[in-house]
Amino acid sequence: MLPPGTDPPGERFESPQAVNQSLRSVGYLADEGIASVVFLADRLGKPVLVEGPAGTGKTQLAKSVAEMTGSRLIRLQCYEGLDESKALYEWNYKKQLLRIQAEQVTREGETWEQLEEDIFSEPFLLPRPLLEAIRATDPVVLLIDEVDRVEVETEALLLEVLSDYQVSVPEMGTVKANQIPLVFLTSNNTRELSEALKRRCLYLHLDFPSAQREKEIVLAKVPGVGDDLAEQVVRVVKLVRSLELKKAPSVSETLDWARTLVLLGVQHVDAERAKATLHILLKYSSDIERAAKELAAADS
Amino acid sequence: MTVATDQAQSGATVLAEGLFATFSGFVEELRAAGVPVSTTEVLDATNALRQLPLLGRQALKSGLAATLVKQEGHWSTFETLFDVYFSLRLPAMDAALGGVVDDEAGSGQELTASQLAEMAYRAIMEGDRDLMAALAQAAVSRYAGMEPGRSVSGSYYTFKTLRQLGADSLLARLLASAQEAGGLEGRLLEEDYRRHLRELRAEVEAEVHRHLISDRGASAVARSLRRPLPEDVDFMHLGKDELAALQKTVQPLARKLAVRLARKRRRRAGGRLDFRATMRRSLSSGGVPVEPRYKAPHRSKPELWVLADISGSVAAFARFTLQLVYALSSQFSRTRSWVFIDGIDEVTDLLKAASDVGEAVHHINTQADVIWAEGHSDYGHALVDFLERWARELTTRTTVLVLGDARNNYHPVQPWAVAGLAERARHVWWLNPEPRAYWDTGDSVLAHYATHCTGVLECRNLRQLRHFIESLP
Repeated sequence: MLPPGTDPPGERFESPQAVNQSLRSVGYLADEGIASVVFLADRLGKPVLVEGPAGTGKTQLAKSVAEMTGSRLIRLQCYEGLDESKALYEWNYKKQLLRIQAEQVTREGETWEQLEEDIFSEPFLLPRPLLEAIRATDPVVLLIDEVDRVEVETEALLLEVLSDYQVSVPEMGTVKANQIPLVFLTSNNTRELSEALKRRCLYLHLDFPSAQREKEIVLAKVPGVGDDLAEQVVRVVKLVRSLELKKAPSVSETLDWARTLVLLGVQHVDAERAKATLHILLKYSSDIERAAKELAAADS
Repeated sequence: MTVATDQAQSGATVLAEGLFATFSGFVEELRAAGVPVSTTEVLDATNALRQLPLLGRQALKSGLAATLVKQEGHWSTFETLFDVYFSLRLPAMDAALGGVVDDEAGSGQELTASQLAEMAYRAIMEGDRDLMAALAQAAVSRYAGMEPGRSVSGSYYTFKTLRQLGADSLLARLLASAQEAGGLEGRLLEEDYRRHLRELRAEVEAEVHRHLISDRGASAVARSLRRPLPEDVDFMHLGKDELAALQKTVQPLARKLAVRLARKRRRRAGGRLDFRATMRRSLSSGGVPVEPRYKAPHRSKPELWVLADISGSVAAFARFTLQLVYALSSQFSRTRSWVFIDGIDEVTDLLKAASDVGEAVHHINTQADVIWAEGHSDYGHALVDFLERWARELTTRTTVLVLGDARNNYHPVQPWAVAGLAERARHVWWLNPEPRAYWDTGDSVLAHYATHCTGVLECRNLRQLRHFIESLP
């Protein structure tokens, strides 16, 4: 299944537990599920498609994996209208033009074929993230962010890269990968991705962390937070998430809230204090009202 | 040998025979449940099985999920089946169980009823998973009264065990004590207790399944647990729980529709050539206009108007419809909504004011003025009324969505009303919750209206709704 001429899938990690520990050492508190998918991605040489609500650390996962393996992170941010010239490669028109003009001045006798061969070669190629990741000789992690934003047609661009780790440039031939990079795709699920893409990837659904894991995250990331406060913060956030909201608070908002409470010198959250600082946690006024009502009900 | 087995055989030379048989049975059952699993994915999963340490049950589970299940909605099906097929008791777990049970009273069999009740109380209060597992094991063997060979469903045993444990009254007691504590802490405790009871129920269920599996075998149990995937459940036959579960799925779908409508606006072909910018740009390439620049296209603001039938004939569908309409109006600010039976009333503001869908439904039921004569649906009158009162506000940017079965109770058909809408609006889509075979039978008059709509689609389950949203031009 691998393209000939590439090394077999890597053995960067010993075991899922080892992945978990390394991720912890760079400040990403994974759970067993996440660790084993990252482990498999490396062993099977497959990209990982990470889906889930906003703010659950999808992008951060890729960054942390890059950090823990000492790799360079190459990021392709997707958006509507992303095309080949922004994702794969582009010819450097201006340089080609200058080359042609320079040619006319210096050497008269050269044929067009020679010139053409010259201007469609490496020095005139502008590699975009996908080609860059394929050509890299140093270890890289490729992050294709918010892949659900591109149109279905553009998705097809990714397929060759993701399954065979190669890029075809018509004028030059096929560029094959020297190594199989770790690839992460993230999606906020604004549309269903194509079957073809999903088939080529391992699938990881990142939901909000469990209470215990989120508490660990708070303890690790917020200096000066006590065990009790962290516990309470996480439980309140869980309660707020269970309401019907436009946007449920993300992990980073939990952290912001915990930081705020620490700065305010709060040791123990009561309904009053929680209500006064809800705007840190929630970003829509209707959501704030909704949550305030819930907390007020608890108070009476 | 079955297809799944053959497919996986080649990649699985290293897999132990027993594990391999379990695995192929598992894949077959996943497929039978409707989860699309391709050959490539089966091969990936066998590779994953070889790479993962088999003793780590959690790692095994996420490894298989990552290779086989590529949609969040299929997760619960996967989880149920995984527990059925890979419900091996691990030595470590048994040791932990033994420890707890020993602490309590020698062996699980000899626990008295009051001791069990005490354990249940502590389990719900503290949420200790090991304690729950031990309790489930002891309680099922004592209370469930399972006899080999009897064809009784697992949920009956689960229900019986929990009732004998008195789980509900324990919860009530704990909730009352939490309410006494009051304040935020009390509220949080309530949440905790409810969650712990859910966890305990899951433990008991798993224990019951374990017994059933040793009695009947995994595939028989899996078959008895087979449920349609969430996207295949018919709206007309939604139970209360299923409806609540749908809420989670409807929200992202509504967002998808909103994104879709917004995207259409931005995807209109590029604007006219921007001559000035092109000339300025060309200076960097020696006056040759290599890269033409375009003016940004004019942006129009799409609107969505939703007309929903909430009469008795589509009662179950109507509940779902209201969920959808509510989700739409919270996700897409330029949504206006109407509900109708034989009269029609705008409910945009009612929905905006409501803070959750329950409140919204309550407001609509009490405040919307939708009964004109007798309270049986009359599409003709409702649509004509709509045309007269609101149609002048329709613009070419408006997409109209009609949700209903077009069962007219033999009232006069007024197709020209829809024609009037179609003339002014950008699109008129009609989504019908009835199977296509029933259209235009009895008092259904869909065909009269259909000719004037952009499209009429069967919309009986989430799969079809999603398909509609994704195929919007």
